[in-house]
Amino acid sequence: MKKLISLTINNRPCEVAVEPRQTLLDLLRNDLGLTGTKKCCDMGECGSCTVLLDGNPVNACLVLAVQARGRHVVTIEGMETEEGLDPLQKAFVEHGAVQCGFCTPGMILSARSLLERNPHPEENEIRMALSGNLCRCTGYQKIVEAVQAASESRPLRKEGD
Amino acid sequence: MPEYDVINRRAPRLDAPDKVSGRAQYINDMTLPGMLYGALVQSPVAHARILGVDTSKARRLPGVRAVVTAEDGGEIPYGVSPARYDETLFCRDRVRYVGDEVAAVAAGDLETALEAASLIQVDYEEIPAVFTVEEAMTEGAPQLHERYPRNVCAEVHQEFGDVEAALMECDLIRSDTFLNKRQDAAFLEPNGCIAHYDLNGFLTLYTSTQVPHYVMRTVAMVLGMPVGKVRVVKPYVGGGFGPKAAANPMELAACLLSRKTGRPVKMNYTREQVFLFSRARHQFKHILTTGVKRDGTLMALKNACYLEGGAYASFGIATVYYAGSLLSAPYRLPSMKYDGWRVYTNKPACGAQRGHGGVAARAAWEQQLDIISEELGMDPVEFRLKNAMRAGDVTCNGFNMSSFGMRECIEAVVEGSRWKEKKGKMPQGKGIGMATGFFVSGAGYPIYRSDTAHSTVVIKLSEDGGTVNVLTGSAEIGQGSDTTMAMIAAEALGVPLDQVRVTSGDTDLSVDLGAYSSRQTLMTGHATKEAAEDLKRQVLEVVGNKLGVAVENMDVKRGLVVFRGDPPDFSALRNQYIKEHRGFTDNPNEKAPLTFKEAARIAYLEKGSMVGTGKYKPGQLGGQFKGATVGTSPAYGPSAQVVEVTVDKETGKVTVDRMTGAHDCGFAINLTSVEGQIEGSLSMGLGEALFEEVKFDEKGRILNANLGEYKIPTALDMPRVKALIVESQEPNGPFGAKEVGEGAIMPTIPAILNAVYDATGVRFHELPLTPERVFMALQETDKEDITK
Repeated sequence: MKKLISLTINNRPCEVAVEPRQTLLDLLRNDLGLTGTKKCCDMGECGSCTVLLDGNPVNACLVLAVQARGRHVVTIEGMETEEGLDPLQKAFVEHGAVQCGFCTPGMILSARSLLERNPHPEENEIRMALSGNLCRCTGYQKIVEAVQAASESRPLRKEGD
Repeated sequence: MPEYDVINRRAPRLDAPDKVSGRAQYINDMTLPGMLYGALVQSPVAHARILGVDTSKARRLPGVRAVVTAEDGGEIPYGVSPARYDETLFCRDRVRYVGDEVAAVAAGDLETALEAASLIQVDYEEIPAVFTVEEAMTEGAPQLHERYPRNVCAEVHQEFGDVEAALMECDLIRSDTFLNKRQDAAFLEPNGCIAHYDLNGFLTLYTSTQVPHYVMRTVAMVLGMPVGKVRVVKPYVGGGFGPKAAANPMELAACLLSRKTGRPVKMNYTREQVFLFSRARHQFKHILTTGVKRDGTLMALKNACYLEGGAYASFGIATVYYAGSLLSAPYRLPSMKYDGWRVYTNKPACGAQRGHGGVAARAAWEQQLDIISEELGMDPVEFRLKNAMRAGDVTCNGFNMSSFGMRECIEAVVEGSRWKEKKGKMPQGKGIGMATGFFVSGAGYPIYRSDTAHSTVVIKLSEDGGTVNVLTGSAEIGQGSDTTMAMIAAEALGVPLDQVRVTSGDTDLSVDLGAYSSRQTLMTGHATKEAAEDLKRQVLEVVGNKLGVAVENMDVKRGLVVFRGDPPDFSALRNQYIKEHRGFTDNPNEKAPLTFKEAARIAYLEKGSMVGTGKYKPGQLGGQFKGATVGTSPAYGPSAQVVEVTVDKETGKVTVDRMTGAHDCGFAINLTSVEGQIEGSLSMGLGEALFEEVKFDEKGRILNANLGEYKIPTALDMPRVKALIVESQEPNGPFGAKEVGEGAIMPTIPAILNAVYDATGVRFHELPLTPERVFMALQETDKEDITK
């Protein structure tokens, strides 16, 4: 039987009925139309489904929807501001960090989480933070460069702003 | 050197904003009203007769709308090459690998479809299976396909020059055997599709594919429909790398289910099903014998190759040819003999993956040439430079290197990596190695015999003249082709990039063979350039007529119409335009130069829809011998790499510390995209060298059908990559451009192998270089040293 849960998604309150065994990933993609979060392996091995749960990057395919009850979820759709793309998103565009784009939402959220904790990371810290996000197209080179460039620009807005 | 306004610089990709914001729609993000979900029934055993299929329980499950088996259609044989149409959508009599398709169901939701699939009872009678080339070719072994005795799917025997005679003149002859492993392309987006057979009998298939055109033809053929009633539309694709370069059973099943139910049907592969489907890199066993003169001149190559191909042919007949033909360059090689066998086994079918049949061959040979250089006392760079081909050289098997910056690539990586300071001076446990390679820039012939253009492009101007719409069947799969075509169109037409839109990947738009064999920059690029030039000429003819100026004395540059000499009085045209745009706030002011926007509007008023068309087909290429076509191309892209590694003696772990790659792309349309392709190629090559291997148990079941156990490089495994662009100005390429997507992967594995040798003194003739393999080999070597 479905359970009614309340949670905050991209700063907006959300009330939704979920199956007990439904993952947060399936809730976002199938029930809420937030298809920016991708399903690639569905078992927590690739990072394509990375979202921020109370500020921490998690694989949404390994989180049950009911576990997100009362918590804050940020998806790629929540990165944009009224002014447009977030500086990290812009950096990805400008530095050629996007090829097929399938790893991109998860990659950006992992990077965002890093920069919120560590605004000026060393290269090896960037690679460590992104090590749970697989990419088959870019070789990670331009992704690392984009995160470095973003870390040098103005500070990112924090969750709740 | 002409000056360009749009191309040959860095440009942000047109699709990047949608991708970074989560707006880009991939197939699994799409739904259609009334959509059903499909699921496949696949064999759990490697080789079995099908005694019966009972679908009754599945049909009775509430929510199930259709169940299909071989009884319901799809029995027309298909495959990739018409010469090897050896598969049918569903198996009727026999399954040939774990994963072979037997049936499919469509239901109102995915869970019901999966439950229904599990209720279909297939009565299998297991029969003996073969899992290796040796087992498959043994006398009396079970045969997978009656038509192909000894399980030989395809056999190639070629000789150019006289190898035995050439070997007799050699001062040094060396033989080595090399074995790579079966790979998976591991694109992040699993295959998926939505088939929609509408009420007027038209079928639209939305699918994650590299080749809308070939998929359209296969679907039409297998479903027995006219090609004109089938439309294939490609949404954003999350990587292809080869396995998505042909129609797959899931697509065909979805089409069949949609036709049966009259509703759209969505199907996806799970990650496990992606591994079961495979159509990725074969396992190759190469036996190479190379002969050289004392001064390092390459004289002869004998190459025997056994490909373990899986249960169906897929691209395999091309693969087995490439495994031989792609060693005829990038060095001058007068004599070459090749014998290849592609063998059926009861495993998932192998196909084409980035670099196709050239990657393992290149790895084997570049390591052997390194061994030979050492025996001759030559620096491996000197050996390569001595033998490197130049523009204008033709290989012994008829490939014409119309442009060939091989030398420049080698020099670039030597300098970029500081090879001369490091070679022979690496600290304990570290090594440096180099290698080269090359690939075709588009296959010279389509996969099916035809006189068709390889690419056609339509460009339509919006009737207000302000926007240029490029309509192309070509496939943006992440490599950046949409942006490349926009840049080429903008440059050729003479307008800024932000005035161009590209709509692509839809067979309704134009014929394009798609994204495989690294063809689109050169081939679709040519057609795009021609269409843009056609359109420019049409617009200028109208304007020239009205102004009394010859077309030869006009051009379009940066969105403006320019005249040779003093501009004529075009105020009549401007006034006409402004009269039509009363109230608009962006009208050109009186004194401004004539804009292309105005000219295009005037042309529309005169002629109606302004449409330019272009097409491209390579000229006659290659020799007349059997298989001569495989490897032909209008151009070739050479590449060189230097890699530095650290090998930990205690653990056997190989760490790649630095990679420098140079690739000759003829002329870079978008510098950032070219670098991105070099960097991505290197990362796939690194994975294949160090980690990647699809493993099976003794029953032909994949042991590591997931991304946790089939390990592709992470951000921690990849070092910084220095990507260097060489431009040799390819005469057969649009603006001189040719490929980069596959040539750049060729040197990676051997550069790593050569670096590991430099670090350890040990040669590896089998991939991947797992810590276990390296550790055991180092132990063996130590033992030998002790006993000496």
